[in-house]
Amino acid sequence: MSDKLTLPKPQGPVDGAAEPLLSVEGLTKHFPIYGGFPIKRKVGAVQAVDGVDLTVGVGESVGLVGESGCGKSTTGRLITRLLEPTAGRITYSGQDISHASRRQLAPVRSEIQMIFQDPYSSLNPRQTVGTIIKSPMEVNGIKPKGGIEKRVHELLELVGLNPEHYNRFPHEFSGGQRQRIGVARALSLNPKLIVADEPVSALDVSIQAQVVNLLQKVQEEMGIAFLFIAHDLAIVRHFSQRLAVMYLGKVVEVGDRDSIYNRPRHPYTHALLSAVPEVTLDDETEDRERIRLAGDVPSPIHPPSGCRFRTRCWKAQDKCATEEPPLIQISGNRDNHLTACHFPEDPTTEARAEDVVLDPALAALEKEAE
Amino acid sequence: MTTLTKTEGERAPSGSEAFLSVRDLRVRFSTEDGIVKAVDGLSFDVERGKTLGIVGESGSGKSVTNLTVLGLHNPQTSTVEGEIVLDGKELVTATEKEMEKLRGNKVAMIFQDPLTALSPYYTVGRQIAEPFMKHTGASKKEAKARAIEMLDKVGIPQPAMRFNDYPHQFSGGMRQRAMIAMALICDPDLLIADEPTTALDVTVQAQILDLLKDLQQEFGSAIIFITHDLGVISKMADDLLVMYSGRAVERGTVREVLRAPQHPYTWGLLSSMPRLGGDTAQALTPIPGTPPSLLNPPTGCPFHPRCGFTSEVGGTRCTDERPQLPDGRGAACHLDGEQKQTLFIEQIKPRLG
Amino acid sequence: MLQFLIRRLSGAVVIMFLIGAFTFFLFYSIPQDFAELACGKNCSPENIAVIRENLGLDKPITTQFWEFMTGIVTGRDFPQGHCSAPCLGVSFDSDQFVWDSIKDRFPLTLSLTVGGLVIFLLFGLGTGLLAAWKRGTVVDKLVSGSSMVLSSFQIYFLGPIVLSILVYNTGWLDFPKYVDFTENPAKWFMGMLIPWAVMATIFTAQYTRMARSTMIEQLQEEHVRTARAKGMRQAYVFFRYAWRGSLIPIVTIIGMDLSALLSGAVVTEFTFDLAGIGRLAVDGSLSKDLPLTMGVMLFGAFFILILNIIVDLAYAYIDPRVRLA
Repeated sequence: MSDKLTLPKPQGPVDGAAEPLLSVEGLTKHFPIYGGFPIKRKVGAVQAVDGVDLTVGVGESVGLVGESGCGKSTTGRLITRLLEPTAGRITYSGQDISHASRRQLAPVRSEIQMIFQDPYSSLNPRQTVGTIIKSPMEVNGIKPKGGIEKRVHELLELVGLNPEHYNRFPHEFSGGQRQRIGVARALSLNPKLIVADEPVSALDVSIQAQVVNLLQKVQEEMGIAFLFIAHDLAIVRHFSQRLAVMYLGKVVEVGDRDSIYNRPRHPYTHALLSAVPEVTLDDETEDRERIRLAGDVPSPIHPPSGCRFRTRCWKAQDKCATEEPPLIQISGNRDNHLTACHFPEDPTTEARAEDVVLDPALAALEKEAE
Repeated sequence: MTTLTKTEGERAPSGSEAFLSVRDLRVRFSTEDGIVKAVDGLSFDVERGKTLGIVGESGSGKSVTNLTVLGLHNPQTSTVEGEIVLDGKELVTATEKEMEKLRGNKVAMIFQDPLTALSPYYTVGRQIAEPFMKHTGASKKEAKARAIEMLDKVGIPQPAMRFNDYPHQFSGGMRQRAMIAMALICDPDLLIADEPTTALDVTVQAQILDLLKDLQQEFGSAIIFITHDLGVISKMADDLLVMYSGRAVERGTVREVLRAPQHPYTWGLLSSMPRLGGDTAQALTPIPGTPPSLLNPPTGCPFHPRCGFTSEVGGTRCTDERPQLPDGRGAACHLDGEQKQTLFIEQIKPRLG
Repeated sequence: MLQFLIRRLSGAVVIMFLIGAFTFFLFYSIPQDFAELACGKNCSPENIAVIRENLGLDKPITTQFWEFMTGIVTGRDFPQGHCSAPCLGVSFDSDQFVWDSIKDRFPLTLSLTVGGLVIFLLFGLGTGLLAAWKRGTVVDKLVSGSSMVLSSFQIYFLGPIVLSILVYNTGWLDFPKYVDFTENPAKWFMGMLIPWAVMATIFTAQYTRMARSTMIEQLQEEHVRTARAKGMRQAYVFFRYAWRGSLIPIVTIIGMDLSALLSGAVVTEFTFDLAGIGRLAVDGSLSKDLPLTMGVMLFGAFFILILNIIVDLAYAYIDPRVRLA
């Protein structure tokens, strides 16, 4: 336990980047649950997001990964203020927008745009593509040079669609093309930050790459910062310079790409990476560690005390149940690589002498087979 | 022109005796817009105790094929031609009664979304025990004991208590475990798993995949594993079939297909997919365009509108002539063997990082 | 479950109170003297004054409302005698206690409704299931087609035709007449036969179409496919797996139809000249008989609320995912 902290909880800009475009502190969202008798009252809460700290620098691409129920999508919706946070602060360009009113938000809204997962339901089927893309500009009273029509044509061309398809309806396009329309809509207001919530997970493999490349082009050429929310670790790795790993409403580990993927410390990050099925191309032998957790993620209504991962963790001890580990730079971590763990793992993903198999059924079957 | 010659039909890809043998399967649906050629001349074999992976995108015909094997297609809107022979028995012409005896007994199936694939109205236990009673004639009590044993085997804690739970009281991973228990309860010779982990989280997926592999060891079932995820298939399958537009475009062992792929579509799949160990500076190379319409598939090679190598073939062969999928290891492509090898090594492999 | 019942029943009481208050004050906003109405034509001012006092119309409106509401629970005294709970007041027109009139008329409406329901459920669900089982075949088309035609009929159209054939022309049956079941079950049955048959003809079609379409929808469900993939017999899959899922929409519609019918099948009653609750309501409303109208309304509302609770209980029984809270 000597390998403990060296730094207090860091705040503000990370990564040596200039002032962060967006910074989030202690962001919390609890969805109340009503019940009880005889009079219904609040009896609990789904603790979807519970104290998340995160920064996104100007033009930076940050990935947010985790499994379902970890709160990554809710975090995205809080940042775009589609949801009102229960607690915590969201600062955008130095301005506190955590509880800003509609009116106060108006100028910020156009700078923070969102791309949604499902390209089928996130476009109004009764509007033409042109209307879909131009309405954000009209709502915000933006008059681009050369007129709105010209700008829509430019945007369509930019995302790789034929500008002549201006008058077509969403159902006339394939899934990948619809997601391009979603990107064009997000770009129409010249945003500085795009929150992309699982933007490619509904698409076929061959189409995913088209959209990822488009987003990458947008990010690099236009200098737009991205918060890229996804469950596919390989795609997030490809897209993001920095990553945060979430588990049950909390960030358990955050750091640059190399730290998270090659030098992870949190047992959950280890388990997550080890679970990714990877195509082995060469005769390279499988030399990654094998960790198989037991069961599913616990309910966010009654999350475990202390460290939330402890109920599925092979290193958990009594301390983990009583004391919540802070998200800090533990010793052995590089700068800006923060881990919330009392008993971190070694910073490597190489195979261990013995696999970690916690699933009782798997363990039993494998013992039998031996 | 048909895909396969008779000689090919009689030999299995790797020589040993096939347990399931599909020959020149054609499945057509009549819709308002016309005839959909969902499966168009498909042949493959599955050996006893082995796993055949079928990989393809939506609309490639991979799911339809396997529903047809079990006779679960809608007979009113679809026509099936070709041969499906399971352990010496022809299934295309089998009666509904014969198929009922087979389903859940000799051949079982696991579906993608365990939430919708289990009935919300009956207990998990009842749904698992049902096929056992039906196929073995066991009593209610025996079936219950067997179901609890299966629940235990697939890793449901407190199986005797959980027997009486409804599916909505299970988590996603547990539901898929229950589906597996249901599929394996009659000790089937063939298990068809249609995207069994697509709806699951990655850590749960890893558990379920390993569980399926371990159970296969114990039960000795052959598995047809359908997925769109090459990573998953590389962990699960022995042999691999790549499907595109209702046809098989490449086949071989998993090692052969993933390490030395021969079809430009397989190349495209591999290079459009980022890998954990890949080089992040290397941009992804997507397959251009969109999957073809099954109402009106392209002439010649169905992949030619999206293929970057038609000029290497030269002439109009790619647009006019449908390439054959050779026997055993091979790809349905007009490029010659040497071209396939050099193109892959020189152009594709460097992209894969 | 118990919690649910207590919560819902107490909720029902509150709603009943609100409905009572609403109708009461709405009626009193009519600029008309109820004593004059109650008295009828050629009334001397003295008579009106007496009636006003008897009916308590001289008291402030809030007092009147309070007396009306407490009367429902405890009963109250009128010059005509004691009106025991549930006392809904005295009819202006007939001088009878409203509750007595309702009690008089209700058995007819109940017989009409429940009898009709049994017939049209049997036929409707039966033909619907048949059409779904044989979907796409001639049988399906025949059933679907005829249900289409039948459902476009109306009682006031079909009723007189049936009457003229079976009663006036051939004399095979007597004109519908209500005889209490306890008095003579055979006559009760014969008297209701024509209205039941006509009601059933029209409602059957609705249930045929609904049963057919929900069954066909359910048969596309993935869990139904799973059941088939397990090797379960087609009939078993049909009646166990698909049917269970179809029950929810069917029960919803039954609940709605029942409450509409019980609170007064006006058209049916008028068509067959039967004096049921629906008739009572129309009469009361035409003669501006405030106590009678309010009484029938509250009675109807009571049934709607109770049936809603029963439907919710049925949901929970059918679908284990529904939790009663």
